[in-house]
Amino acid sequence: MRINLASVFVDDQDKALRFYTDVLGFVKQADIPLGEDRWITVVSPEEPEGTQLVLEPSGHPAVVPFKEALVKDGIPYTSFAVDDVHAEFGRLRELGVRFTQEPLDMGPVTTAVFDDTCGNLIQIAHQAV
Amino acid sequence: MEDDVFKALSDPTRRTILDELAERPEQTLFEICARLAMKHQLSLSRQAVSQHLAVLESAGLVVTRREGRYKFHNLDTAPLEHITERWIRRPERDPSHDPQESP
Repeated sequence: MRINLASVFVDDQDKALRFYTDVLGFVKQADIPLGEDRWITVVSPEEPEGTQLVLEPSGHPAVVPFKEALVKDGIPYTSFAVDDVHAEFGRLRELGVRFTQEPLDMGPVTTAVFDDTCGNLIQIAHQAV
Repeated sequence: MEDDVFKALSDPTRRTILDELAERPEQTLFEICARLAMKHQLSLSRQAVSQHLAVLESAGLVVTRREGRYKFHNLDTAPLEHITERWIRRPERDPSHDPQESP
């Protein structure tokens, strides 16, 4: 068994696709129309065969209050690995990304948390070598 | 109010939370929990941290700010200043500088 797909709920799939590709740097893998919504996945260019991230529409009535409660307390929905959180923080902030937690060295791991503009907070992390 | 401040400061976890907020303002609940766990090995539940923050907030030592969908916590040292004023001995005032004071 292996993890093939992971997902984030996004309030606007077009905006999400732009943010996750143009800003974060992921690559579009699938984009299939499904009624009003689409099946969209992105993948890391560093791992083209790796886990795909599904940009899932947040249409279900339970999703929005759930996401809002997490954001209010600053809780990231998921976490991505980067080589250097400080460098990525600088790069993303230049691109106008809003951080709710600046880089924080926490012993073996360094993390930061940003707003994906689609209703989620996302953590980035690297392990000290 | 002052009793609330003493009660709030009596707990070491709450003092640690204030230390961390002094180091960096504008922290979310998640960041405060992460700092307590990773920097201080304090493995409290999110609910427990929330309750500590509520005690600090009712004592006026922590103020929260909502910005759109976010909620940020900040340290407010004003209640501590009231406490120090209570016992700090002030220098004697020179009456020549205060002509309205009666002898």
